[in-house]
Amino acid sequence: MTHGIDPESRDSPDARPRRLSRRGLLGLAGAGAVGVVAGGAGGAAVAAGVASAASAAAASAAHPFHGVHQAGLTTPVQDRLHFAAFDMAEGATRADAISLLKDWSAAAAAMTTGAAIGATGAVDGPLTAPPEDTGEALDLPASSLTLTFGFGPELFEKDGQDRFGIADRRPPRLRPLPRFAGDALQPAISGGELCVQACADDPQVAVHAIRNLSRIAFGRAVIRWSQLGFGRTSSTSSEQKTARNLFGFKDGTANITSDETAELDKWVWAARDDGPGWMAGGSYLVTRKIRMVIETWDRQQLAEQQRVIGRDKGEGAPLSGGSEFTGPDFRATRAGAPAIDPRAHVRLAHPENLGGTRLLRRGYNYVDGSDPLGRLDAGLFFISFQRSPEQFVKVQSALASDAMAEYIKHVGSAVFAVPPGARRGGWVGESLFA
Amino acid sequence: MSRRALPLIAASALLAVVLTGCVPNRPGGAGASALTVDAADTGCTVSSTTVTAGNVVFTFRNTGTDTNEFEILADDKLRVVGEKENITPGQTITYVVQLQPGRYFTACRFRQVGDLVGMASLKVTGERIRASSNGSARESKAVADYVSYVRSQTEQLLPAVTRFADAYRSGDDPAARSLYVTTRAYYERIEPTAEAFGELDPGIDYREVDALAEGRTWRGFHRIEKDLWPPAPGAVNSDGTPADTGWAPSTPTERAGYADGLVADVQKLFDLVHGKSFSPGLGEISNGAIGLLDEVATFKITGEEDWWSGTDLADFAANLEGAKVAVDNVKEIAASRGSREATLVRTIDARFASLKALLARYDDPQTGYLPYGQVTQAQRKELSDSVNALAEPMSRLTSSVLGVPKS
Repeated sequence: MTHGIDPESRDSPDARPRRLSRRGLLGLAGAGAVGVVAGGAGGAAVAAGVASAASAAAASAAHPFHGVHQAGLTTPVQDRLHFAAFDMAEGATRADAISLLKDWSAAAAAMTTGAAIGATGAVDGPLTAPPEDTGEALDLPASSLTLTFGFGPELFEKDGQDRFGIADRRPPRLRPLPRFAGDALQPAISGGELCVQACADDPQVAVHAIRNLSRIAFGRAVIRWSQLGFGRTSSTSSEQKTARNLFGFKDGTANITSDETAELDKWVWAARDDGPGWMAGGSYLVTRKIRMVIETWDRQQLAEQQRVIGRDKGEGAPLSGGSEFTGPDFRATRAGAPAIDPRAHVRLAHPENLGGTRLLRRGYNYVDGSDPLGRLDAGLFFISFQRSPEQFVKVQSALASDAMAEYIKHVGSAVFAVPPGARRGGWVGESLFA
Repeated sequence: MSRRALPLIAASALLAVVLTGCVPNRPGGAGASALTVDAADTGCTVSSTTVTAGNVVFTFRNTGTDTNEFEILADDKLRVVGEKENITPGQTITYVVQLQPGRYFTACRFRQVGDLVGMASLKVTGERIRASSNGSARESKAVADYVSYVRSQTEQLLPAVTRFADAYRSGDDPAARSLYVTTRAYYERIEPTAEAFGELDPGIDYREVDALAEGRTWRGFHRIEKDLWPPAPGAVNSDGTPADTGWAPSTPTERAGYADGLVADVQKLFDLVHGKSFSPGLGEISNGAIGLLDEVATFKITGEEDWWSGTDLADFAANLEGAKVAVDNVKEIAASRGSREATLVRTIDARFASLKALLARYDDPQTGYLPYGQVTQAQRKELSDSVNALAEPMSRLTSSVLGVPKS
């Protein structure tokens, strides 16, 4: 245990200094109270008419960290992402894993309300010690921050070693993903034993969260890779406008939304009977870093771009006709040929062609600057939540003949078990280590 | 090198330390035991290799031809736990030091400079003695021991750097290359001290890119390094500029100048730490340890420090040893302040051990540390992770040592 060693308040709880609340600084403590109704924030974004620009109301929204499910799945998708995968430190013990999850949970509970972490925050500690909180989110509101934690397959067992006494609790569904056609995965940006998905309407708030959680982890867990994302590429609320990916197309139109309770139970939340019991109310998280060959794509004629996707670029309507939310008609023909190409992305990925299989998608666009050839190093950081990773495997397998494959390359991949939410006074992962 | 210097004299004048190097005692009292030390020019014989914990009386007889000094070192052979200087030929003195159970080493230093002579193991048995409840006495002892340690390192650095400079000056490059690493270790262990003296570190240890950036004439260890490991055609400096821009192999005259300059700078360092005004505070000792780790995290882990020789891991190890000695000097004080501080000290100890074990994997008994160019990116990350794991709790040490009053 390294965090929270604080000589100043060591033996007198009443000596705890006043904590400087980020939201308090803005005078928003009353206006954007903790636990703003989720739809309220999403509705405000729609009213503003610009999906990527958070309104002041949305920015000040706070989502509770505690609950039956973790936040950050059905929460209206925020604008910004910082996703981090960690490995446990060499020689770390079960006690280290538990203390880390407790410390992470305490910090997450504070940060998601807009507060600084630790007893003394960013500026109220002793001058002779580094501040507990790094401080770059002072003056910023909660910004809808959600922090979602997950466990990778190797946390349970690595090279035949049961380091944390949880090998027998590994969910049978949690396995490394199979190899897919066209995979060009780089080990350095794949996998991970723990993950944290930080989503917020302000990138600085998301980055602050990952930075501080990494710092808390030093000596117990180390960052394996992390990814910044912007411009959500899907919505989980029927009130959110469908966003566009970097191909310029609306993405995730057929996503599951937070008000589809029955569909969420069917496709997203792990049930007790799915086994193991500690995962009840949890889910499974798949990430895929999908590099887009931007320059080549941009040179394609509009007709070719629309053929590849299977939708019209402006409205997002299927090429079989109608508007964005009209269901695609895969039997429709135009001039004797299928209106939606047999290899169109929308056809291959559509639940209708996958036995109804659905995913809760939560991806973001990414741009990591430019590569050594001067090409934009950009694409989609795909994130999906599902009741079983098999749902993703089914979808991805169906995309083997995707016309889009010519313009993309899967370079990163990871799968995590997302435990249920932490109860008040508890910590995330408590049911696993019980 | 580092861009940050530690103020050497605490503004609050934390401690007015009397550098006696010994503790108040009652010779012959309970738990006392007596040993004799016979010091000649080339020997240092202690009458027994075991002794009982408590106040140990050393009767030191200088049978040699010149001034001698006696040191008692912790089992790392670095940290000084007792020291008696200025013992003239023919003189017999009595010196008392309180020793806890454990393994120690004793040694003499003829003429008070150069390598330790007649190093021998001393095992201290028996029960642990309760530490003095007198906090300020303990703090004075911690500072005095640290001062002795810094002096001891410079006493070894001075002759070592002279041999190194001689080899370089005379064009014996193979000898100079092999002395480069061992000589630098004495410096790297106490680097924050030299940095605290302002102008010394830039002269001794600046890298080319930093000297240029600050408009300085580049000299010191790294100037010599580039002559000893000359850049291959087309090689670049650590900032990507061509290695031969504004640089050419030194002429014999230039070599003599750099050699003399380095020895002179080290002599200045030696004189400063042996001066009466060298009196670091407890917080500075702790901050020095933190500074050494920052040094590792910022410059060694990237391979920027020893760009031409690739001997970064040896510097890394010396920085780590120096940090450990500083921490060992002050950790009992921190741990005595409360259970949180005691936990912090245990965490720091455990992570020092992990990092030391990890680093040892790269140390070959015959050939020394692996050239940094052969350390893979994945291995560098593993080292970096381990440095971070130690540096994070270390960053809280100073406030624990000083016991900052509640606000």
